[in-house]
Amino acid sequence: MNAARDAILARVRAALRDVPEAERADDVAVARDYRTEGTLPHAEVVALFAENCADYRANVREVDAAGLPGAIAEALAARGARRLAIPADLPAQWRAGDGVEWVEDHGLSHDALSAVDGVVTGCAVAVALNGTIALDGGVAQGRRALTLLPDYHLCVVHAEQVVELVPEGIARLREAALAGQPMTIVAGPSATSDIEFNRVEGVHGPRTLDVLVVTG
Amino acid sequence: MTTSASWPDVPAFPLAAKSALADAQMRRNIGMATSTIREKRTGVVEEMPDWEQLREAGRALKERTLRHLDEHLLTLEESVTRAGGVVHWARDGDEANAIVTRIAKSKGVSEVVKVKSMATVEIELNEALEAAGITALETDLAELIVQLGRDRPSHILVPAIHRNRAEIRDIFRRTIGPETLTDEPAELAEAARRFLRERFLRARVGVSGANFAVAETGAIAVLESEGNGRMCTTLPETLITVCGIEKLVPAWQDLEVFLQLLPRSSTAERMNPYTTLWSGARDDDGPREFHLVLLDNGRTDSLADELARQTLACIRCSACLNVCPVYERTGGHAYGSVYPGPIGAILTPQLAGMRAAGSLPFASSLCGACYEVCPVKIDIPTVLVHLRDRSNKERAAASLKGRLDPERLALKAVAKGFATRGRYERLQKLGRLGQWPLARKGKIERLPGELGGWTKARDLMPIPDQTFREWWVEREASR
Repeated sequence: MNAARDAILARVRAALRDVPEAERADDVAVARDYRTEGTLPHAEVVALFAENCADYRANVREVDAAGLPGAIAEALAARGARRLAIPADLPAQWRAGDGVEWVEDHGLSHDALSAVDGVVTGCAVAVALNGTIALDGGVAQGRRALTLLPDYHLCVVHAEQVVELVPEGIARLREAALAGQPMTIVAGPSATSDIEFNRVEGVHGPRTLDVLVVTG
Repeated sequence: MTTSASWPDVPAFPLAAKSALADAQMRRNIGMATSTIREKRTGVVEEMPDWEQLREAGRALKERTLRHLDEHLLTLEESVTRAGGVVHWARDGDEANAIVTRIAKSKGVSEVVKVKSMATVEIELNEALEAAGITALETDLAELIVQLGRDRPSHILVPAIHRNRAEIRDIFRRTIGPETLTDEPAELAEAARRFLRERFLRARVGVSGANFAVAETGAIAVLESEGNGRMCTTLPETLITVCGIEKLVPAWQDLEVFLQLLPRSSTAERMNPYTTLWSGARDDDGPREFHLVLLDNGRTDSLADELARQTLACIRCSACLNVCPVYERTGGHAYGSVYPGPIGAILTPQLAGMRAAGSLPFASSLCGACYEVCPVKIDIPTVLVHLRDRSNKERAAASLKGRLDPERLALKAVAKGFATRGRYERLQKLGRLGQWPLARKGKIERLPGELGGWTKARDLMPIPDQTFREWWVEREASR
């Protein structure tokens, strides 16, 4: 196996004979003159996120902090979701709704995760420009399987978690990336473009995505 | 036999294209799909005021990666190992297949679930696993359609693009059912979901490719739509990723460029539904065992060609296929390669060798549409011309027949004739005298003898009774 490693590295070095010995990787100039810092007022950033996220046929609703528990209960009732898987550190005030059973994930089996009606989580960061939500396993997010197997995902996004541009989002995820945290970036419910290049929602991941954006 | 990006049973492009052109259904399917995606792509690209800056950054980042690839590979190896993964190196497809097969066998499984991966199609991993008694189940919808239809991929992003919804319904009815299935896309997707759900849940080994591998953090990125990629990279206890050595990016920050370029160029979305990123393996989230197989399989040969090296910057978006007038008419299969279209015409001969795929650089009109849409600015037309030259030279060097190739000799003569004004004008006069038996209705459709190869795929304009030069001289004289 080391023979293959040595051989490939030797081939690479032989192939790159034209690269001057003294050149370092960072000597190859990369102009980062694309947009790296947003310019919109924050309220507009949040509105843009809501618009672009909804464009993927996610259901996006803005609520204020006081209204969040009620909005969660309403959303769950509207979906008929009664057994909800949640990360163990999901805030107590989010566990709202009459007769809802909250199943904390302490290593639930895949079958158990498949059997619940849905999952409720928070997120790490959301990007307005492309309407995405990133989960990095941090507070109130749980492991990857938790938001994958249930057919319904309710995600709570705090306004201060919303940034305007992709580079701002990637920067916010950097710490988790350096810590080796696995991540999922979500743009709407699962979908496919494989039949005649037309987008159809609902394949293997959650087929329904509700997003509550908490402002104020 | 060593596996390669080129399919040995498909004839050279000009011949394969002829029969492909006769398949009207396939042409209609591809024409419909590519015109849909072209329009969508234009929309999501035009809303980005900094698209050109992003393209240039993408190009530069890939140049930075490739010019120091050895260093980045070692950094990646270190990062992945530190994060609890195991890194393997494979000189060619056979070596990679042997590694994956060995790991799968050591887990005692008879089935693995796969995320769509060009690299594993290139090395024919499924066939290698099959030979070892292991079924590799494709879980991407289009890849599943190809697998169930015992077909071949014809597009980088949507391998079943040559199939319309009615054909997909027929394949599903025949294989996974139910027999009452309609051709409604939502129902077809639902059928795939039902078929695969149970298999995801019980899979113990997953196999994936990689869109990007971040040397700095060891993160592997898989971009997808359906959630099958999340399933395969999250649920099994063991995950094996086959990653071409050119898929690296140096730093985490570099994703800020590629995560913008790729989705808008490929599925023409602001972002694809799901992107999964993981480093190594851990006990509390996802697979407990992670193997990364770094694959060469001809990539270092491409790297050695200073001009053609840029081919390795490709992020497999398929925008160049969707705009190519040749691809739109012949479809993907005529290219005889897992990589069709403009990018395939330059990548395949470099990976598989000119002997196997030397006709592909000629499968283009050099219109340049591919270069314009390429998110990492690969100058495909220039590389095509460069590889044509290489193909001709290698053919000439290979044999006496190659050296005496009539087209080559004719072009040499033409080059001489074009070298000075006097020679050129004398040749035009001579040509006008000599062409009369060949010209019919204002064009020459067939050149005689050994030169016939030139007119097999193109008509030639005869030299007119008065050339532009003659007209110009006359005009100047009469002023």
